[in-house]
Amino acid sequence: MDFFDRFAIPHPSPVIYAAMVAITLTVIAIVAGITYTKKWGYLWREWLTTVDHKRIGMMYLVSALLMLFRGGADAIMMRAQTALPENTLLDSQHYNEIFTTHGVVMIIFMAMAFIMALMNFVVPLQIGARDVAFPRLNALSFWLYFWGAMLFNISFVIGGSPDAGWTSYFPLAGNEFSQSVGTNYYMIAIQIAGLGTLITGINFIVTILKMRAPGMTLMKMPMFTWSALITNLIIAFAFPVLTVALAMGTMDRLFGTNFFTTTNGGMDMLWANLFWVWGHPEVYILILPAFGIYSEIIPTFARRNLYGYKSMVASIVLISVLSFVVWVHHFFTMGQGAMVNSIFSITTMAIAIPTGIKIFNWLFTLWKGKITITVPMLYSIGFIPIFTIGGVTGVMLGMSAADYQYHNTMFLVAHFHLVIIPGVVFAMLAGLTYWWPKMFGFMLNERIGKWAFWFISIGTCVAFFPMFISGLDGQARRMYTYSEATGFGIWNMLSFAGALMLAAGFVLIVYNIYYSTRYASRDISSDPWDARSLEWATHTPVPDYNFAITPQVDSSEAFWDSKKNGHTLYKGKYKEIHMPSNSGVPFIMSAIFFVFGFAMVFSIWILAIVALLGIFACLIHRSFEQDHGYHIPVEEIKETEETLGGAKQ
Amino acid sequence: MKELFPRKQVMGFVFSLVLTIVALSVYFLNMSFAVGMTVLLVTAFIQAGLQLIVFMHAGESEDKGSIYINIFYGVIVALLTVFGTLLAMIWGY
Repeated sequence: MDFFDRFAIPHPSPVIYAAMVAITLTVIAIVAGITYTKKWGYLWREWLTTVDHKRIGMMYLVSALLMLFRGGADAIMMRAQTALPENTLLDSQHYNEIFTTHGVVMIIFMAMAFIMALMNFVVPLQIGARDVAFPRLNALSFWLYFWGAMLFNISFVIGGSPDAGWTSYFPLAGNEFSQSVGTNYYMIAIQIAGLGTLITGINFIVTILKMRAPGMTLMKMPMFTWSALITNLIIAFAFPVLTVALAMGTMDRLFGTNFFTTTNGGMDMLWANLFWVWGHPEVYILILPAFGIYSEIIPTFARRNLYGYKSMVASIVLISVLSFVVWVHHFFTMGQGAMVNSIFSITTMAIAIPTGIKIFNWLFTLWKGKITITVPMLYSIGFIPIFTIGGVTGVMLGMSAADYQYHNTMFLVAHFHLVIIPGVVFAMLAGLTYWWPKMFGFMLNERIGKWAFWFISIGTCVAFFPMFISGLDGQARRMYTYSEATGFGIWNMLSFAGALMLAAGFVLIVYNIYYSTRYASRDISSDPWDARSLEWATHTPVPDYNFAITPQVDSSEAFWDSKKNGHTLYKGKYKEIHMPSNSGVPFIMSAIFFVFGFAMVFSIWILAIVALLGIFACLIHRSFEQDHGYHIPVEEIKETEETLGGAKQ
Repeated sequence: MKELFPRKQVMGFVFSLVLTIVALSVYFLNMSFAVGMTVLLVTAFIQAGLQLIVFMHAGESEDKGSIYINIFYGVIVALLTVFGTLLAMIWGY
C-alpha cells in the first residue's frame, strides 16, 4: 500500500472528502448518462475529433464557464472565511490552497479559455475564412488546454492542492517550504495548458496574416480581429518565457537543480522576474481581446462607426510594446535601486496614455449615437467607469515610492479585480451574449440578462471597493484571518455581501441559458443585432464551410456597406470547397499528456517514460499520415444554402 | 548553367560554416570571458539573420514587410527582456 500513500491528501477536511464523493458521483452520472442515451459515437465523431473552429470555440466556452464556477466557488469560500474576524471556517492551509487555486483557475483556465472561445468562433468568420490556418493544431491547442486544466483540477482530491499563491514565488514554492506535490501540479498542469496557448498564438497569427478575404487589408480588419492579432503576437513572445520558467521550476522541484534555490548559486528572485516577464504581457493578452469586443459592440448599438479607427490600432500596438517593459512594477519592493524602479514607474504610467485614448474613442463613438441599451451594450457602458477606477488606482500603484505603502495589501487586490472584472469578465459576458445567436441560433433573454448585469456590476463594486479602504488601513492580502481590533471586519463583511451578489449574477446567467434554450424563439435572422462585420453575413447556424462564396471586402465594415451602401459581398459562383477532415489524434495525444503530467507530478518515472513514448508515437503517426481533407461538391453547397435560407447571389 | 547554380545559397553555406568556426574558436583559443561572449553574441546574431534570409527565404515573398516587422518585434522583445532582467536583477540591484 506504500505506493498509494502518495496519493493521499496531506491536509484533509470533511469538505474535501465530500468533494471527492461528489466528483465520483458526477463522473459516474455523466458516463452512465452518455451510455444510456447512446451518445458515445456522436460525442466522438462530432466533438472529440472535430477540427472545426466553431465547435472548438464552443468547447472552450463550456470549459471556461465550468472553470468560472470552480474559481467562483473558491472566491466565495475566501470571502466567507474573512467576512468575520477570527473566523474558523477554513484554516490557514486551506485558505492558502484556495487562493492559489482561485488565481490559477480564473486567469489560466477561465479567462484564457474564454478569450480563446470567442477568438476561435469569431475571428475566422470576421475575416471571411473557412477555418483557421492549421485546423488540427487548433484541436490540439484545445485538448492540451483541457487536459492541463483537468490535471490542475484533480490536485485537491489527489495529492493536495498547490498552496504557494498563483505567482508561486520561490523559495516558498521550492521543495523545502512546499513539500506536498501541489506545486508540481502547478508547474506541470500550467505547462501543458501553456503549450496549447502558444500553439494557438502561432495558429492565429498565421490565420489573420494569411487568410483574410480578398480586399481586407490590415487597416480594413474589424477591431476584434486587430486585437486578436496583437494578442496572439504577445502570446507568441511572452509564453516561451513561462515555458522556460516552469521547466526550470519543475527541474528544481523534481530533479534537484538549483535555478531558484537560495543556495548553490540559485537565484530565487529570478523566478519572480521571469514569471512577470510573462505575467505582465499576460495581463494584456487578457485585456486586448476585451477591448476588441467592446469596439465591436459599441458601434453596433450606438449605430455609428467606431470613432478613431487608426488611433485604436495604434494604441493597441503601443500597448503591446509597452506591455513588455513594465514587469518590474510587480516587485518594486524586492530591493532594486531607485533608478530601476523609476524607469519601470515611468513605463507603467505610460500605458495609461494609449488606454486613455481607447476610452475616449469609445466615448466619442457613443457621443450623438442612437444608443440602444441591450445586454452587451450594458456591459460595455458599465465597463467604462468601473475599469477607469481600476485603471487609475493602477497608476497609483505604479508610482514606485508610493507602492511601498500599497504593496501586497488588499488595495492591490481591489485594483486588479476592478480592472480584470470589468475588463475581462464583462467583455466576455458581453461577447457571449452578443455572439450567442450566431453560435446557437437563438438569443439570450434580455430581461434576465439585464438583471444579471445589475447583480454583477453592483456586486463587483460592493465586493471590491471596501478593499481599497481596508488595504490602505493595512490589511495584507492572502491573510486568512485578523483580529477584531484591526477594524477590518466591516469592510470584509461588505466584500462578502458583494461576492454573494456576484454569485447570484452568475447563477442568473446560467438560469438565462437554461431559460432561453427552452423558451427563446428560434425564428431569428442571421443578423439579429443589425451588426456591421462579416461574421453576421453568413447563415445561422453557420455551415461547416462558413461562407459558400468568399466575400469581397473594401472597408472595415463590409457587411454594413452591403446592407446600406450597395456593396456586393458575394461575387462569382459556387465552387467545390476543400475542408480538413476530423482527427482523433489531438484528443488522444493530449490525454497521454495528462497521463505524462500525472506521472511527473508523483515522480512515477516508468509511467512518465511510457507516456512520453506515446506522445512521440502520436507525432510520428502524424508525420507519416496521408490526409488531404475532403471536398464538398457544388450540389451539396447549393442544397445547404437553400435549406439555410435561400441562395445568396 | 550559370543561372541554375545556387550561388547565393552556396555562399551563404560557406559563410555560415565560417561563422561556426569563429564561434568554435572561442572554446579552443585562450581569450577573456568578455571577448569570448562578444564573439559568440555577434556570430550568433549574424548566423540567425543569415539562416532566416538565405535559407528560410524571409524577404522573398510578397509579405516580406510583415515578416520583417515580426522579426524586429521579436528581437526587440528578446533584447528588452534580457537587458531588462540584467538591469533589474544585477546592474540596478
